[in-house]
Amino acid sequence: MVEPYLRQSALVHRGLSRAAAGAMSGAGIVLSERPFRAMVNLRGEASDAGFLSAVRAAAGVELPLQPNTTQRAAPVTALWLGPDEWLITAPAGEERVLVPALRASFGERHAAVIDLTESRTVIAVSGAHARDLLAKGCTLDLHPRAFPVGACAQTGLARAGALLHLVDEAPTFEITILRSFADYMWVWLADAAQEYGVALRTE
Amino acid sequence: MLLIPCPFCGPRDESEFGCGGEAHIARPTDTDRLSDADWAAYLFMRKNPKGVHLERWVHRLGCRRWFNLARSTVSHEILAVYKMGDPPPASVAGQEARRT
Ligand SMILES: [Zn+2]
Repeated sequence: MVEPYLRQSALVHRGLSRAAAGAMSGAGIVLSERPFRAMVNLRGEASDAGFLSAVRAAAGVELPLQPNTTQRAAPVTALWLGPDEWLITAPAGEERVLVPALRASFGERHAAVIDLTESRTVIAVSGAHARDLLAKGCTLDLHPRAFPVGACAQTGLARAGALLHLVDEAPTFEITILRSFADYMWVWLADAAQEYGVALRTE
Repeated sequence: MLLIPCPFCGPRDESEFGCGGEAHIARPTDTDRLSDADWAAYLFMRKNPKGVHLERWVHRLGCRRWFNLARSTVSHEILAVYKMGDPPPASVAGQEARRT
């Protein structure tokens, strides 16, 4: 866990708040970083009712058991990553509460809690052309019929591993990536979005 | 390009996967008495069929789980997907036996 006063966004060197001040209107794509989000990786048995209720008690969210889906109980979201693996996300700083609470609720149960907060960041891609933009580097079917609001998927985006999550109808995709890929992904997205017009937003 | 049905995530593009080669190769247990030739056969000798091949794949960019897959090396048709540790489904096992 990093000391809060040392904490820097993975894209701090891009000076996004200055760049966002000159934002264009009518852009087809709005890019932003959503930094510092609390992220906790969870492993456990989906068939164990005790495990599911322990998560419910500690994180206040129901774990999604359907592949490629999420469950949200504001401000916490649980994303399905695999048959026995989830990502729990929450506002910045919440990992300090969430991690010990989950560990305590599991006791001797066969489960794992890993704090991933500092290892990843989130880039949000929003706007009318968001699906067109992601389709340039992603093989998933992102049509609303196949990938509705609330859907999530771990996949490849521009040859990098990424977790996609469609959070609203705008549509807004949240792309969770390893921190070391943040600059590459940002540059790739900004370049691929040129033809639609790009605006930056700070969060 | 193959569309591979991950048993956990559903159909995904081949580029999300890695292939781990032939499936169902059991490590010898009587290693003290194994001859060099037997070791070599276990380590290096692999089937190369024209027909149904049983192989291991990992969903590298997705759920990162390993699974078994039966694929025709002629048509690339994927005939079955099944869990690690499970034997091949009867239909596929029959086809696999015939080609040897
Ligand atoms: Zn998968």
